[in-house]
Amino acid sequence: MDRTIYMDYQATTPCDKRVLEQMLPYFCEKFGNPHSSSHSMGREAKLAVEHARQQIAKLINASDSESIVFTSGATESNNLALQGVVRFYGDRANRSKIIVSNIEHKCVLETCYTLAKDGGFELIYAPVEKNGLVDLNFLDEHIDEKTLLVSVMAVNNEIGTIQPIDAISAMCRQRGVLFHCDAAQAVGKIPVDASMVDLMSISGHKIYGPKGIGALYVRRKPRLRLSPIFYGGGQERGVRSGTLATPLCVGIGAACELAGKEMADENARLNRFKEFFITQIMQNLEKTYLNGDPDKRIPGCLNFSFEGVEGEAIMLGLPDLCISSGSACTSEILEPSYVLRAVSAREDLAHSSVRIGLGRFTTEEEVKYAVGRIIEVVTRLRSMSPLWR
Amino acid sequence: MEYSKKVMDLYTNPENVGSLDENSPDVGTSVVGAPSCGDVIKFQIKVGEDGRISEARFKTFGCGAAIASSALISSWVKGKTLDEAQKITNTSVAEYLSLPPVKAHCSVLAEEAIGKAIEDYKAKKGAK
Repeated sequence: MDRTIYMDYQATTPCDKRVLEQMLPYFCEKFGNPHSSSHSMGREAKLAVEHARQQIAKLINASDSESIVFTSGATESNNLALQGVVRFYGDRANRSKIIVSNIEHKCVLETCYTLAKDGGFELIYAPVEKNGLVDLNFLDEHIDEKTLLVSVMAVNNEIGTIQPIDAISAMCRQRGVLFHCDAAQAVGKIPVDASMVDLMSISGHKIYGPKGIGALYVRRKPRLRLSPIFYGGGQERGVRSGTLATPLCVGIGAACELAGKEMADENARLNRFKEFFITQIMQNLEKTYLNGDPDKRIPGCLNFSFEGVEGEAIMLGLPDLCISSGSACTSEILEPSYVLRAVSAREDLAHSSVRIGLGRFTTEEEVKYAVGRIIEVVTRLRSMSPLWR
Repeated sequence: MEYSKKVMDLYTNPENVGSLDENSPDVGTSVVGAPSCGDVIKFQIKVGEDGRISEARFKTFGCGAAIASSALISSWVKGKTLDEAQKITNTSVAEYLSLPPVKAHCSVLAEEAIGKAIEDYKAKKGAK
């Protein structure tokens, strides 16, 4: 195969051409400012933006499209949710604890760390079990009347595991605790239900929409208040100032609609690829481990540790595949990914991990080719490893 | 990680991969690094009767830079006396391979691997 095969769908996805087509008119022709309600072109843009809001709301089962706030992406959504809640309710709620899982995305961890440090909150990291699922007993023990906010992701970006959002939701509801869910890797891939959470972060470019757009679901009934993280004209009901990027809003909306329509077929196809991938790899490479729960995971995210070989060395041998690794050697900080460390049986296995992301445009031919190449490279590297006999 | 062509060539076609007889009195062996750190180099030298290194072998668990550094020193030490081999520094390895600064530790491991293999050889000879 004389081309590059993209298997990094958790990093980003290509924009679906059907999505792009719907966006294009809003660049040069229908370019009105959606906040200019005084003329027809402004209203035309506003209609498009509101339609997109409805498309997003429908996909996440939110009854009211006004619960959707547009942002620049999931990082901003997470920041707005966490900072917004803590800055609005922090002083008045008499609740001083924030609880997050220890495998949240960096933007959640860093935001919570800063909020805790600056605001005198106690930040508690809920551990995950070796299968990557958050320890529910720990949450049960720690979520209490002193807790302001819990943030747990729906699907992990490195290992693809699906967290028990319903169980966490029930605990939070029962104890009057706000629940934020970073669903950037879940929306469009598995059914998600906004009615279980108070805040939910969504990304455009993870679901075949454009980069630079995301959304935050903010519960309306009863109304949840957020302090904005930046100030201006008071757009998005005062929560997120700034002129909306109409084409991007149209894009994320269209992407949500498509994802909803095609989810079942796409998952069936990806499940077949996943089964083939795992079976072939396990049959041909002994001492290989699938990171994360074998069942509670999205089909498009596979993460393996190949004992005896280092992740970056594997990737280097596969210039024809776009994959990623949790190995320290791919990062600037020389530590393996904290997610892999949390789920690996041994520290060296965290260094030996590779993430393979399959998605909408992955073909059977590509899967077969990738499997063959991975087996070839791991076998070669094992033959030159002092840890392999 | 963007690597130089030299790193890529050594990673793709490394010479001297393998093992020498650890129990031979003419062979010095070192194992440096740790699995938990993501780098382990096993390095071996065989010293001829003329006091020069006649053969070198390595096995490496690690990134591209670690593999390339190991392969490089295995060819550099050949034909050298122990004193000459000892003078191979981590900076000369890093410079030759144009290693990115974040990968400097790979060249440090390589230097350590030479030193410890020589030490092991000398200890064997001294013990006799």
